[in-house]
Amino acid sequence: MTVYRSLTMKPASFDYTAPASLDEALALKAQHGDEAKFLAGGQSLIPAMNFRLVQAAVLVDVNGLRGLDYIRLEGSELRLGAMTRQRRLERDALVARHSPLLHEAMPWVAHPQIRNRGTLGGSLAHADPAAELPVVAAALGARLRAQSLRGDRWISADDFFRGLFTTDLASDEMLVEVALPPLPPRTGTAFTEFARRRGDYALMGVAAVVTLDENDVCQRAQLVYLNAGEGAVTARQAAALLQGQAPSASVIEAAAATAADNEINPMGNVHASPEYQRHLARVLTRRALRQAFERARTSTPPS
Amino acid sequence: MSELHAITVTVNGTAYERRVEPRLLLSDFLRHELGLTGTHVGCEHGVCGACTILFEGQAARSCLMLAVQASGRSLTTVEGLAQSQSELHPLQQAFWEAHGLQCGFCTPGILMTLVPFLEENPDPTEAEIREAISGNLCRCTGYQHIVEAVKIAAEKMRD
Repeated sequence: MTVYRSLTMKPASFDYTAPASLDEALALKAQHGDEAKFLAGGQSLIPAMNFRLVQAAVLVDVNGLRGLDYIRLEGSELRLGAMTRQRRLERDALVARHSPLLHEAMPWVAHPQIRNRGTLGGSLAHADPAAELPVVAAALGARLRAQSLRGDRWISADDFFRGLFTTDLASDEMLVEVALPPLPPRTGTAFTEFARRRGDYALMGVAAVVTLDENDVCQRAQLVYLNAGEGAVTARQAAALLQGQAPSASVIEAAAATAADNEINPMGNVHASPEYQRHLARVLTRRALRQAFERARTSTPPS
Repeated sequence: MSELHAITVTVNGTAYERRVEPRLLLSDFLRHELGLTGTHVGCEHGVCGACTILFEGQAARSCLMLAVQASGRSLTTVEGLAQSQSELHPLQQAFWEAHGLQCGFCTPGILMTLVPFLEENPDPTEAEIREAISGNLCRCTGYQHIVEAVKIAAEKMRD
């Protein structure tokens, strides 16, 4: 072992294995439990290991597994394989047609070089409160399928995300699939965020999903925020203010103020105070709601 | 220390066989095992873009991959761009002409980001160029000359 080698190792030592089948990967995870980590795109895990914030005894590389990289319709539901690369989601026509919110959010996920490697499932399982994909999953009422040698189970997005970098996945489970239910007719969605540099973690971001009835009254609304607390934060009071109302400027303003002032809990960082994050939330909510309602008014169901 | 893994990686058309620790990053593998020091290492957590290479033709951060993951795969680094010692890639030539670099530390990563970008989008707008390089930090140029260089390169490469 030459000297430069020991100087250039960033992550702590681990054993590496690249199983050829899902069963093999799940058996390894069952055997090693929390000591093992799945390596998907690695765009969050490897930096955390480089900083030694994360140390794993065993890395189970799932990039060689077949059959976890797909985008397809099952009935009217969009089904996405957990190993689908983010760049593919961004450019996929089926995603654009059936999940305009996901389509709109994808270009905000880091940079193209990161999206080339990063995966849908990796980002969801990482559960970073500043990430876009957990917010989209929560806003759309996604269901997530976890698999282990014991079998598989579907978990609602609400139950899946359990807080800061924490999910409902058991130590022997792997996230293998995401299901996005169809949007009701006359539903509009919007995603927007603000970052100092395009592609960096946003200081604040919001996804809005709204449904109008035939009289242009809001039937249902959903507002979910990133970097606004310990996970994707859903603003239920703000949504309740919108329901049953025609979406006038004052109603939108009241909802934005309620979400920003009362429902989110931004922690601030070197780039933004919590007060500034709340200000951003208010402005971004206003923009997202206006756009979502406009899209709901003019929406046509996917063919 | 964990077990060494035997890997075969093709870089710029040449196959290399090495035995590596799993925790060796691809960026450090390229630099220290293969001596291909054109790939630069800046932040090592995926922010600066200096280590960008082509992994199976797609731009990727080599500091966010392990060398073992590249086994059986084909990579291109900045050393693979120029046809010969005397003939630069049109993108490199344009950077030279437009003063698209000062210290040059970020340049390899920017070039490797832009090669697939210009293949997909041969006639980009200025906004598209700026977005394409948003994942690459340059602390000297203020980006203006880089954007100019990309415009020149795009024009040359379309001809």
